[in-house]
Amino acid sequence: MSKNCQCGEDKVCQLDNVIKEHKNIAGALIPVLHEAQKIFGYLPMSVQKQISKGLNISLAEIYGVVTFYSEFSTEPKGEYQINVCLGTACYVKGANDILEQFKKQLKIDVGQTTSDNKFSINACRCVGACGLAPVVTINEEVYGKLVADDVKGILEKYQV
Amino acid sequence: MHIYSSHVLVCSGTTCSSKQSILIIDKLKDGIKRKKLNEKIQVITTSCFGLCTKGPIVVIYPEGAIYSNVTLNDIDEIINEHLVNGRIVKRLLSGDNNENNSYETADFFKKQERIALRNCGVINPEMIEEYIAYDGYQALGKVLTDMTPEQVIDKVLDSGLRGRGGAGFPTGRKWLFAAKAKGDKKYVCCNADEGDPGAFMDRSILEGDPHSIIEAMAIAAYGIGSDQGYIYVRAEYPIAVKRLNIAIKQAKDMGLLGDNIFETDFSFNLELRLGAGAFVCGEETALMTSIEGKRGEPRPRPPFPANKGLFQKPTILNNVETLANIPVIILKGANWFKTIGTKKSPGTKVFAIGGKINNTGLVEIPMGTTLREVIYDIGGGIPNGKKFKAAQTGGPSGGCIPASHLDVPIEYDTLIELGSMMGSGGLIIMDEDNCMVDIAKFFLEFSVDESCGKCPPCRIGTKRMYEILKRITEGKGEVGDIKTLEELSETIQAAALCGLGKSSPNPVLSTLRYFRHEYEEHIINKRCSAGVCKELLDYIIIPSDCKGCTKCIKVCPTKAITGMIKEPHIINQEECIKCGACLEACPFGAIIRK
Repeated sequence: MSKNCQCGEDKVCQLDNVIKEHKNIAGALIPVLHEAQKIFGYLPMSVQKQISKGLNISLAEIYGVVTFYSEFSTEPKGEYQINVCLGTACYVKGANDILEQFKKQLKIDVGQTTSDNKFSINACRCVGACGLAPVVTINEEVYGKLVADDVKGILEKYQV
Repeated sequence: MHIYSSHVLVCSGTTCSSKQSILIIDKLKDGIKRKKLNEKIQVITTSCFGLCTKGPIVVIYPEGAIYSNVTLNDIDEIINEHLVNGRIVKRLLSGDNNENNSYETADFFKKQERIALRNCGVINPEMIEEYIAYDGYQALGKVLTDMTPEQVIDKVLDSGLRGRGGAGFPTGRKWLFAAKAKGDKKYVCCNADEGDPGAFMDRSILEGDPHSIIEAMAIAAYGIGSDQGYIYVRAEYPIAVKRLNIAIKQAKDMGLLGDNIFETDFSFNLELRLGAGAFVCGEETALMTSIEGKRGEPRPRPPFPANKGLFQKPTILNNVETLANIPVIILKGANWFKTIGTKKSPGTKVFAIGGKINNTGLVEIPMGTTLREVIYDIGGGIPNGKKFKAAQTGGPSGGCIPASHLDVPIEYDTLIELGSMMGSGGLIIMDEDNCMVDIAKFFLEFSVDESCGKCPPCRIGTKRMYEILKRITEGKGEVGDIKTLEELSETIQAAALCGLGKSSPNPVLSTLRYFRHEYEEHIINKRCSAGVCKELLDYIIIPSDCKGCTKCIKVCPTKAITGMIKEPHIINQEECIKCGACLEACPFGAIIRK
């Protein structure tokens, strides 16, 4: 990676290195997409084109893979990712009410991002912390045994 | 090796670490150092003990005292009282009374038999030396130096071990097919894409005992003649991914992975592949397609993976829990394994109990244990004095088992007879406040979301079923709906491409079998007696609690509430649109949904 790289191009260089490292392993596309999403935060068309060229895989195939897996996103995401667990254990303990409360407080729907790019709400499947049901994760932070009234206080922590 | 007089084990699994267990470890280490006891007392970071609901868990040996719900404020007391003065801190013990305080006697552990979870909560998963000290890699050594590949497969066949990932296919048979298949290259894959909502046993094993999986995969590779393996693990399990990476590196450094293992001709390399959030990739052919870097869509079988699997080469795919059993079977023998469990389903099964139960967590029980024992003896029963309604097993492919079948022994075949299945081991308990139509709708919504879209019966059929269920829960059910649901189920079961598609109607069929009256109540009477389906509920003001403040009258958008100030108000049910605004506005809790 060149030291003189501009910020935007710096990421392009990083991705090129990732592609080089993975080029010769079988089934490289998905690991490269994971890395690319780590670098850019999401997978816009320009990134998909760069990967297509680097790995010699058609853009159509790459787009097919990106849109198949829910982990990959073609849209930028909010600074804070709110994941409301809708696994069975959380669901039977009222996770739906928690989700509704987040939607109401932030005035966005599942999969959307607030206009200030601060919060995104995702409904996710089991995070495996069923002992804490119902569970919400915000970035790396885990909130457990929630009731709908807790939502407002949690959001306030991030709004400062 | 340094000998310590006391060991303090602290859980760092997902649940406990989200409740500050990592900080607890730091504070314990600090405090012990300040008391100059660090030569005598060792603090060990372990993984899940299984008693997640009472985490963070701290266990102190030699006493075997299990402390639960430990907070940072308790640490000084634990150090001063227990570690310095040798007095157990009784108020932190996990049992209901002071006697039930150790692994051997606590109700939660007494009926368990830990084989797959043998090292979870016992060793530090990030140190290969601890795994080796607990007989780790001995089975691999034995296999490579004393046994032929045929003998390995015979032993696994003889043990009767069946796949713990769902369908219960005999593991030894799978290995035998792949061993017999012709190919210049063969692969061993581990399915760690644990996607069933409410199941987290595989995550616990990966986080708590990653080396047992590596060892088992190497044994399998020797058995079928492979030199390359892949572990396909969910990206949603960051701690598991981290520990697997550490474990693979340690095994390579020690020569337990790579070329000429134990100075034999056998070589085996292992790679980790991360999933990307697609439930269908837990299906074996879809998982292999995903490792190849494509959309994770299932392929028709035959050809079976044992003949044409990953990259079109002979491949075996085993689930994490299945693999965790292998080293023990090799060391202790097939006959020993068969003494545990039942004739048709030998061994144990790990269940993740969750939902409306007191002891949420992971339990490993011998097959043949009854649901009643699991729920009441180990799980501690239903909280808040509520009545048990159903146990859901097998995730979106399984079904709900009602109270009348609580005494059925848990085995692969008995659960299928009941219209459910073992699945990966999620066990969700529901009480009288859960609506079974709503639960069926929940699972169908899951199947609709996660259908890969390749075959129409699953892609279109589950969507139609979901729409019907949604209508029923909204009070728009029609008399022919149950019949249509049954017909659609039959078609999907017969015609879907993969196992997940074929089993997706199970939640509907099993709830129709045992809770048909709830469907009928929703469709005919437009009622939901569990009080879950919002559109079927009435908002009612309790006259004795109503102070007549008129707050609800002001917020009601349809002017359905009437009443004078300081007199009880009334909701006109004809005009009520069930928006719930009055319930939120009432400062006295006088409005209820019924």
